[in-house]
Amino acid sequence: MAEFLSSSAVWGVTLTIGAFALGTLINRKTGKAWCNPLLLGSLFVILLLSLLDVPYPEYKASASPLSYLLLPATVSLAIPLYEKWELLKSNLIAILVGILSGVLTSLGSVTMLALLLQLDAAQAVTLLPKSVTTAIGMDIADTLGGIPSLAGAVIILTGITGNLTAQWLCRVLNITDPLARGIGIGTASHAIGTAKALELGEVEGAMSSLAVALAGVITAFLAPVFANLLP
Amino acid sequence: MKYIFQFCRILLVCLLGELLAHVLPLSVPASVYGLVLLLAALRLGIFKLEQVKEAGSFLTGILPLLFIPAAAGVMDLWTELEAMLLPCLIAVVPVTLLVMGVTGRVTQKTRRMLGKGAERDG
Repeated sequence: MAEFLSSSAVWGVTLTIGAFALGTLINRKTGKAWCNPLLLGSLFVILLLSLLDVPYPEYKASASPLSYLLLPATVSLAIPLYEKWELLKSNLIAILVGILSGVLTSLGSVTMLALLLQLDAAQAVTLLPKSVTTAIGMDIADTLGGIPSLAGAVIILTGITGNLTAQWLCRVLNITDPLARGIGIGTASHAIGTAKALELGEVEGAMSSLAVALAGVITAFLAPVFANLLP
Repeated sequence: MKYIFQFCRILLVCLLGELLAHVLPLSVPASVYGLVLLLAALRLGIFKLEQVKEAGSFLTGILPLLFIPAAAGVMDLWTELEAMLLPCLIAVVPVTLLVMGVTGRVTQKTRRMLGKGAERDG
């Protein structure tokens, strides 16, 4: 099997899309946040590769056309940000102060966690971008010398945690302003959290997706500063 | 053909982002420079929204799919994963709640100090 696959030019991309489609189907049928298509799709790929005894690097090489699109796709996140520019301008100070406080909280608590648990530098920078969108977060981990695929897994789980707890947390902490809810959800739990924000309301959803891109960019510039604090 | 030209404009911005990441001494990924450059190009009218919109929306729409090849890489990381289990768990659950709480409260407080957002108080 492994021999046939290494002679095929298309199996990696086909398998990836198939696994993702199956994950999407299950997600729609169950409607559960933890049945995230990306999470399930990755698990299906891992399962199949293990069953067929295909080494991961071979799959990665065969799926490289998809990875090639990551850079232009991440850059294209500027488009939704551009489309929400007026919304941003109308509450510029509150939004920027809020997102900055969240980014600093995230980077600060991960840095403290790393120091307390005596993680090495590669482990610590893997966790640093955990709250930002997977596209930017994996790139940050990679640029700072972390483990991108582990960063990806932590980022996905962070998103699911945010999605599942957002409504409860906003109630407990008495965050009633829809704009503040959206900014909080997007800054802490990126696109997966945004799915919940969209359920809460239109303002929540728009603000959350705005916060995803902004928090990603701000984190990219501040994460190296916190990485320097590590031993 | 229209979509391939749109794609090409986005690639051009990526190229500039890669160049900036290469030249500037900051540890910031090329994708982030590219994102900021594309936003600036749209704001300054160098590109019109129609000149990148369809290709860009297609790409952002398939983003989750594009992560699978990288995310599946955890299958080769079992040893690292074992050592990282506790830190990952703490980073995922309590830190996420803390970040969401702080961001939400600070945003709400700031809006009220500026005299906005009081309409749905309580």
